[in-house]
Amino acid sequence: MSPLLQIDNLETILHTGTTPVRAVDGLTLQIMQGETFALLGESGCGKSMTALSIMRLLPEVGEIVAGSIRIGGEDLLLLPEAAMRNVRGKRISMIFQEPMLSLNPVMTVAEQISEVLRRHFNLRGEAEQQRVLEILNQVGIPDAARRMTEYPFQFSGGMKQRVMIAIALAGEPELLIADEPTTALDVTIQAQVLDLMRDLQQRNGMAILLITHDLGVVAEMAQRVAVMYAGEIIETATRTEFFRSPAHPYSCKLFASLPGKTKRDQGLAVISGSVPPLSREFIGCRFADRCDHAWDLCRTTAPEWSLVATDHQVRCHLFNQNSGSRIQDSIKAAEVLPQAAFKSQPAIFNSELLRVTDLKVHFPIHKGLMKRVTGHVKAVDGVSLTIPQGGTLALVGESGCGKTTVGKGILQLIAPTAGSVCYDGLELVGLERKQLREKRAEFQIIFQDPYSSLNPRMRIVDIIEEGMDALNVKDKVGRVGHQSALPAGKEVDALLQRVGLPPETKWRYPHEFSGGQRQRIAIARALAVNPRLLICDEPTSALDVSVQAQILNLLKELQDSLGLAYLFITHNISVVEYLADEVAVMYLGRIVEWGSVDEVLGNPKHPYTQALLSAVPVVELNPKREVIRLHGDLPSPANPPAGCHFHPRCPHAMPVCHETYPGSSNFSSTHTTRCHLYPQPQNTSTLQQKNARTTV
Amino acid sequence: MTMLFKPVILWTDSLIYLLVIVVLAFVWHVRRNEHMLAPWRRVGHSASGMAALTVLVFFIAVGLLDTVHFRPAVENNDNGNSEKVYSVEVLSLLDIIAAPLRTRVEKTYSAPFAAHLYARETIELPDGGQIREFPRLQFGGAHLQNPEAQLTADVTWRAAAGAGLGVFVWCVLVILLSASLAHRDNVGVLYTLSAIRRGATEIPWNAVLVTLVLILSLLGAALALSVHYHILGTDKVGQDVFYQSLKSIRTGLVIGTLTTLMMLPFALLLGIMAGYFRGWVDDVIQYIYTTLSSIPGVLLIAAAVLMMQVYMETHPELFDTIAARADLRLLFLCIILGVTSWTGLCRLLRGETLKLREMEYIQAAHAFGVSHWRIISRHILPNVMHIVLIATVMDFSGLVLAEAVLSYVGVGVDPSTISFGTMINAARLEMAREPMVWWALLSAFGFMFALVLSANLFADAVQDAFNPRVRTWPVKAGKPYRRKRQEEDPETKPNAATAKDVISP
Repeated sequence: MSPLLQIDNLETILHTGTTPVRAVDGLTLQIMQGETFALLGESGCGKSMTALSIMRLLPEVGEIVAGSIRIGGEDLLLLPEAAMRNVRGKRISMIFQEPMLSLNPVMTVAEQISEVLRRHFNLRGEAEQQRVLEILNQVGIPDAARRMTEYPFQFSGGMKQRVMIAIALAGEPELLIADEPTTALDVTIQAQVLDLMRDLQQRNGMAILLITHDLGVVAEMAQRVAVMYAGEIIETATRTEFFRSPAHPYSCKLFASLPGKTKRDQGLAVISGSVPPLSREFIGCRFADRCDHAWDLCRTTAPEWSLVATDHQVRCHLFNQNSGSRIQDSIKAAEVLPQAAFKSQPAIFNSELLRVTDLKVHFPIHKGLMKRVTGHVKAVDGVSLTIPQGGTLALVGESGCGKTTVGKGILQLIAPTAGSVCYDGLELVGLERKQLREKRAEFQIIFQDPYSSLNPRMRIVDIIEEGMDALNVKDKVGRVGHQSALPAGKEVDALLQRVGLPPETKWRYPHEFSGGQRQRIAIARALAVNPRLLICDEPTSALDVSVQAQILNLLKELQDSLGLAYLFITHNISVVEYLADEVAVMYLGRIVEWGSVDEVLGNPKHPYTQALLSAVPVVELNPKREVIRLHGDLPSPANPPAGCHFHPRCPHAMPVCHETYPGSSNFSSTHTTRCHLYPQPQNTSTLQQKNARTTV
Repeated sequence: MTMLFKPVILWTDSLIYLLVIVVLAFVWHVRRNEHMLAPWRRVGHSASGMAALTVLVFFIAVGLLDTVHFRPAVENNDNGNSEKVYSVEVLSLLDIIAAPLRTRVEKTYSAPFAAHLYARETIELPDGGQIREFPRLQFGGAHLQNPEAQLTADVTWRAAAGAGLGVFVWCVLVILLSASLAHRDNVGVLYTLSAIRRGATEIPWNAVLVTLVLILSLLGAALALSVHYHILGTDKVGQDVFYQSLKSIRTGLVIGTLTTLMMLPFALLLGIMAGYFRGWVDDVIQYIYTTLSSIPGVLLIAAAVLMMQVYMETHPELFDTIAARADLRLLFLCIILGVTSWTGLCRLLRGETLKLREMEYIQAAHAFGVSHWRIISRHILPNVMHIVLIATVMDFSGLVLAEAVLSYVGVGVDPSTISFGTMINAARLEMAREPMVWWALLSAFGFMFALVLSANLFADAVQDAFNPRVRTWPVKAGKPYRRKRQEEDPETKPNAATAKDVISP
């Protein structure tokens, strides 16, 4: 069978700065008819540039300098621009990462789809509308006839991505390029979208080039996998081969750096250093500087392709027949090498550091000329939780469920509407600004986006010293004692070393650092005031897997040495498994299930927790699990459903769920949930619910 | 020994002195702090910025010369006592330097480099007859016997001599510069010279020197010629237009800088407060600027200027010279323009602050209990400075033009103040004359254009240097590598060229 897409030796460079950046450097790949080909790699390795090169939609500064891209035998690089327009959308379509930004907000959904139909099929009028409706039905937009005349803002994130897919499908393409199609979506929505893509592929028999950084998505979707590193492909294999025995040291490291339950007591494997700048000339193997197995040959000669098995090739000297098999075993050995193990201290948390009771944060909705309050967005609606000294509580939930607001409400960055936040015996709600300031040093926050959490116009030293100055921690005796004895000016050096950065970096500005380094600086800033509680608001979700491992290791190490307590806000279940002691699952402003990690993740009780856990893509070959499909989206917190908030999406909804919000049911001293399926505290008619429970 | 002059410090003078002192103090402060110096070094790397700065320096020099005011002593021969009397006329250093231009007033219009008036006059001949002809100018080209034959050669020769002198001065400057650079870097003077020529120096001296040689040769030629000619012609009352243009520079600079200074506190404080505090503070400030900007600006300014004018006219005893009165009027114009023109920048700053206050680094600062004032001054202010910089430079040209419009309506600067506005206003009627008088408008336009353009280019360079996300490279950037494939085999793949052109426009 001849390949549908054949890319040979593609070289794309970007003319930015003094030296051209070789974003794609000699890339060769084939995609067969109807197959899903995953291009896996970390940010900055040239995945997206490959996609844009295929579509010939490179930015102004980009240029394809060599190679050929053939679709069905026709070289796209030889086509004039006018002919290229017949290819885009017709033979090759593309869906982008950010559905919010890829739809035109002033055009209805139908208009945006019919643009493609008019261009490629010359459909008009009735036939066009008919076809739009057909496509929208195909991608599973409910009530499509009515919704096709709506504007993108009336659709939720998952629905928007469905519309994007509909636009891409309208031209009935042979190849669909999906550039991180689900990265911006929640896991339950991601599961829906991935399902849809798989469905459509089977029905239409089109090929998919899936570009992603997520090993889980690759495991779910791909038939063949290519790993990209620093502008070139370093390994290609079938999915089975790849997940059974990844060959390239980089691929192995990627797997090893994934957090998970089994690695709880050890540090995660990290890839030292960072991706080399692509403006550099490479002499040997591009990964040599970060590779544990590199030897002289790696630094002087670029490796050629070596065959590991049928359909499994790797670009590494370790597998070259001539250089011997001596190293093959060393990889295996290295994998078992224990990473810097952490003391797996038994979780004995006697004293309670933070107690939040019935916290409510409501945002008023103003309407009309006089700005009357017409309603409230109940972002947080009665959350209670406790964090023991030195413990980690993970707050899990989809975006929009109010987890970040909980964090900010605890820190009093947003004034809570009701409830109490009791820190170490002191009530924080309603405290005067001045009194609160005295306690500020005790609890700090680390933000999600390391790019917006550091002031771009301040030097690192100023950023770190800001909190110290504001809270006068320099004068006080450091509680943790890791800096109080140091002379003025040395604290910053010590802090930077503590988070793994050289002290000289303090004179630089944030834009000179990579995402992971910035996150380290943000951690150093928070540590500067000797906090006892750190609220980590998705601290790794903007980072690559290998960098995430570095940050998680750092956080764990800091907890061990400084006895910090963490409130870890995240949607990433595997991070929770790795780091947390207790888990609270949040849905629409309320905690629906709460317990220790093993209880909640091992034996989830609430239907939402069950669905959430089942939707997480798993990095394994044969996932023996039933994915519970949730239909619909998170309802608006301005107008939550009556009764149990989850009932419109719940597969087990009963009449009682429509009426009353369930009370909490205890399973052990630590594990509670709020669901009518389980015995209610004051409810006597539990028998019927027990029956229902067995059906779960 | 008595003084030959009595120094006079007008209101705008004192503000300009204050501004100069502040700038010098700022420079001194920056020079002591390496991290504050770094972005300014990057400004120095921008060729266009440095060339623009060279031009600006000349404008500022003229403006500053025109700011040093005094009243010269006049001879008092009445009764021979020692009472020193000072002229009621306030002069500036520029007036003294340009005395020939100032004092040589013709009867009416004359074209640039003309030896004759631009209008015919009836001249009585000695024999009693009358003829109408273009009479000779009193000063312009007066040294020529036969202007028709000699004028071109004379102008060319003098211009060449003046330009030659300018180039000579330039050569001296180049040698001094390279000597000092060579001394600093411990290398040979010739080596430094060639480095400058190749553009291999850290600061793009080649761009600066090219600009400088242009300016100096132009300046030399202009100076050499202006002694004997009206190089930009004369206006209706015979005043030299070149002199007027030079005098207008100060007015333009004063209006551009002082108005901005008046406006900035309002715009910065109110804009950032509205965006940062939200709530009722935001409401009040928004209502104020919405109301203010819904009143036609010219009306508001006219009303204020007229009130001030009436007050000044009813209290003539407050001003001992005409210049003092004209100056106060200029200052008030700046204040009024400032008070009415802050709304646009304020709105921009409010919007930007609304965006910034949600940034996570501001949230982090809140979490540290940093005070509102420190958050505003350390986090928000530096991050909106680029907007302020762009807005002020854009306003600079707008304000110079606004002054022209207001002078046209009759509520601008005092009629005795020479400004681009009054020049353009006068030119309005001249354009309608037949034959047309074009030089006044053209020179006002040319000077304004050079001033505003160089200010814009310089501000661009400053903005780029201060934005840490935009990286600036030393002048020599690598030449992009293009169309390798096309060069490889243009024959075998005839379509390749077209395809490549499409991909990389």
